[in-house]
Amino acid sequence: MNYADLLRVTLPETALEVTALIVLIVDLGVLRGRTLRLRVVAAVLLGMFGCGVALMTIPLQAQGGLNFPGTDQLLLAAGGSATVAQVGILALTVLTLLLVFDSTFTRNVGEFVAVLLMAATGGLLIAAAQDLLVIFIGLELLSLGLYILTAFAKKSGKSAEAAMKYYLFGGMSAAFLLFGFSYLYGVTGSTNLHQIMQAMYGSNAINATPLLTVALVMVAAGLGFKVAAVPFHFWAPDAYEGAPAPAAAFIASVSKVASFALLISIGTAALHVFGDAHVVRFMVITADDHFPKYLGFATPWSFALTILAVASMVLGNLAALAQRSVRRLLAYSAIAHAGYILLALAYFSRTPVSAQAVMYYILTYGLTTIGAFGVVGAVERASGSDQMEAFAGLHRRNPVLAAILLVLFLSLAGIPPLVGFWAKFNLFAAVLGVSKGAVPFALVALAIAMSAVSLYYYLQVLKRAYVTPALDDSKIPVHPVTMTALIFIALWAVMMGVFPAILQVWMQSFYAAM
Amino acid sequence: MLAWTIYLSFAGALLEALLPKDKPALARWSALAIALAGCGLAVLGFAAGVGHGRGVIADVPWVPSMGIRFTLAADGISLVLVLLTGLAAVAGVLFSWNIELRTNEFFAFYLALIGGVYGVFLSYDLFLLFVFYEIAIVPKYFLISIWGSTRREYGAMKLALYSFVGSAMVLIGLLAAYSSSGSRSTGLVQLAHAGLPVSFQMWAFPLVFVGFGILAGMWPFHTWAPTGHVAAPTAASMLLAGVVMKLGAYGCLRVAMGLFPHGMDPWGFSYLGIGSWRDVFALLAVIGIVYGALVALVQSDFKFVIGYSSVSHMGFVLLGLMTLNQIGMTGAVLQMFSHGIIAGLLFAIVGRIVYERTHTRQLAELEGMHLSKRLPFAAWAFVIAGVASMGLPGFSGFIAEFQVLVGSWSANPWWTGAAGVGIVVGVAYTWRALQLAFFSDAHPVAHIHEHGHELAAITWPEVAGVSMLVAVSLAVGLYPKMLLDAIEPAVKAMLAGGGQ
Repeated sequence: MNYADLLRVTLPETALEVTALIVLIVDLGVLRGRTLRLRVVAAVLLGMFGCGVALMTIPLQAQGGLNFPGTDQLLLAAGGSATVAQVGILALTVLTLLLVFDSTFTRNVGEFVAVLLMAATGGLLIAAAQDLLVIFIGLELLSLGLYILTAFAKKSGKSAEAAMKYYLFGGMSAAFLLFGFSYLYGVTGSTNLHQIMQAMYGSNAINATPLLTVALVMVAAGLGFKVAAVPFHFWAPDAYEGAPAPAAAFIASVSKVASFALLISIGTAALHVFGDAHVVRFMVITADDHFPKYLGFATPWSFALTILAVASMVLGNLAALAQRSVRRLLAYSAIAHAGYILLALAYFSRTPVSAQAVMYYILTYGLTTIGAFGVVGAVERASGSDQMEAFAGLHRRNPVLAAILLVLFLSLAGIPPLVGFWAKFNLFAAVLGVSKGAVPFALVALAIAMSAVSLYYYLQVLKRAYVTPALDDSKIPVHPVTMTALIFIALWAVMMGVFPAILQVWMQSFYAAM
Repeated sequence: MLAWTIYLSFAGALLEALLPKDKPALARWSALAIALAGCGLAVLGFAAGVGHGRGVIADVPWVPSMGIRFTLAADGISLVLVLLTGLAAVAGVLFSWNIELRTNEFFAFYLALIGGVYGVFLSYDLFLLFVFYEIAIVPKYFLISIWGSTRREYGAMKLALYSFVGSAMVLIGLLAAYSSSGSRSTGLVQLAHAGLPVSFQMWAFPLVFVGFGILAGMWPFHTWAPTGHVAAPTAASMLLAGVVMKLGAYGCLRVAMGLFPHGMDPWGFSYLGIGSWRDVFALLAVIGIVYGALVALVQSDFKFVIGYSSVSHMGFVLLGLMTLNQIGMTGAVLQMFSHGIIAGLLFAIVGRIVYERTHTRQLAELEGMHLSKRLPFAAWAFVIAGVASMGLPGFSGFIAEFQVLVGSWSANPWWTGAAGVGIVVGVAYTWRALQLAFFSDAHPVAHIHEHGHELAAITWPEVAGVSMLVAVSLAVGLYPKMLLDAIEPAVKAMLAGGGQ
């Protein structure tokens, strides 16, 4: 193996890992015994610097990625969705770090930042990985980091409980995933995504259809856990509720971006191989290329994803209606959003349109969610609770925070002209662009109807913030740095909503180079 | 020039939000200035635009990859409704002069709503229209739930959910039209010429029509309207009845009927005389007219009377649209304008002039207050407004409803007969409300006179607002040509199918 090539492709990951170590050394060594304030500032600044360096190295990555030595099998991709996701992961990590500024949940802030950076490294790996083993390594690196981050509020029983649940579910889902991967390897004889798809197209895999189905369902289950799709979502409400606010924001944004980037890789690899017919045809073998209609349901993969999508958006939205805790509400809304995205992944297009729509959605969603957790964290510190009642009279207690909450929640609900609306429109247009059949249309109609439902629970929180009188009139203080970050996020949600083409054009530039 | 009505309103909303909280007078005057400026622009734009067909105001690419353009344009129908919005906006500010709670926020939401409404009426890109349409929904929720009265949180949430369900239906239709037209464009003109298949139009038309119809108060999806109107603060109910319900009707006309004209073709079979979506919606409109009037007749809350009368009057708009002939559709558009002015006036009298002084809207309690003596201004204003609402000649309502009835006669005489019943009942409920609230000679209610308190004097913004709305309704009633000159060519172009 040419290690220079490997290093070139993994420069961002390397930069983050090195930064994580530096943060640990500085925090535990140089700044030992200093005030917590100083150590927080140092750790966060170092972490942000590391992310910045990682961002700078992305253009240096080898075009086209890295092949497995001696073959033409792609190991790590560069360009397209992989790069967009990596940039997104780094940017969202920076914003998450800004939330750490005024957090008080731990004294071991250096360790927190270091683990966060390592988890982000896992995310970067997943985003680029094209090989089952690399995928699995990346997923475990990310997941282990997330378990630790969830448990970081050591004085909170909820935090420990959430981490335990998250860990147990996560361990089980990793087992599912590995089981699925082993079948895939057994049936197709390769760990490379493209090779696997090639083999599926060939006759030997078609003969093993039941095994393939089992394998794909297992993989879908394992990844469904990562994106918190129903019925693998049980960890999410607890983790969102128990984890410290920055950790929850990280789980809701960076980890989601990475997992959806992986799903995009799988979809792209499949369509790359199957070409014009753009159907993974190993259940219904129709070789009628003159009639390249998308058969969607003919494939177990998109069938499984469709089921996950429908279950997630229905259950996520309905369960969110009943929540009193804003964090749990955000968790269920995250499940619902995952459902919308899974729909676009189930009806994936051969052109990069679907990939771009999914990336657009998950990046803007991640950003909005970080902002939402920032607001929740600030309210929580002031009132000691994340119940809806704690938000009462927020417009008096901190008008700017209330305005930010208004923008972000309306964006999550998909109200124009905010960015969340464009993301949804883009996504649903992509689904309908793939197939004009009655089934995808009905699914999109269901998704839109469900997002009408979602307005109700978002409004419940906004009602507390703007309509209900405050229980106590004390001001809610927010650290200026965190506030700046939150204002930036809210302004961004408005600006990107008014000028949606900017982000689209930026994303397209990555795909154009491929 | 007209585009500035939109920008100005949104800029005004932002300005109001940033104003200091403890200076309500500043917030009021600045809001009035912005509303007046918008109204002035609307009047100028109207004067400049009449007789020039469809004028494109702005047309720049917005989301090039999806073929979405920022297209603002105005034909005669848009001009009339923009004018209505301008007038209603000024009147609404005048009747909100006594808002003391969070004044600057009130006007911020108010102006954001106005900006969205202007935007809908001026959009010639389906996507842009939808964006503005949704922008208009959210401020309504906060206006009602923060500054409203009776069951405000319930009324606000109901209104928001109904609106959002309606707009979800519209969005489904929008996505479907976009993806099946293959034109890679969301311009209204381009979509209208995209040659959408008839089978597609057949189901897209009712979907989008109902989606917009919900906001137009179409029976049986009207139930948000009375509760919303009653819960809303005066200015918000004026805007709800005055312009927001018109958004729905305008969407029905411009989007549903403009893009999917074949959706109104006969099905090929008929059942009980109903053989097309057109028949279905005309029937619903007629039911709305009669039902709204009958329910208004038995209300004990003054504001509910007006709320249900809105449902009835909006039925005329929908009926006029479904006639599909020149005179009926012209009447429908004129009725949108007329009802916007008259309903605004009625809500202002009930919500602001009467309720803010008597603190009751129960007709039974108002009966004993002898308001005609204690508030003669309110009483006479209501007489004029009531007469206008009944559709007496000389006011805008007459010429509008008359045209709708003539149009519907040539389309289907049965509709006219049934709608005529609605007019008769309309006279009855207006008369009843007038009599009970103002001119009753019932015995005085004890607790009112015990305290012997005088009702506060009528203030100048109230006089100004009432005078303005009465003058407009009279002017249009006496000289309808000034609006008809704008409406008729636009309707003719729409009917010819080329106007889109």
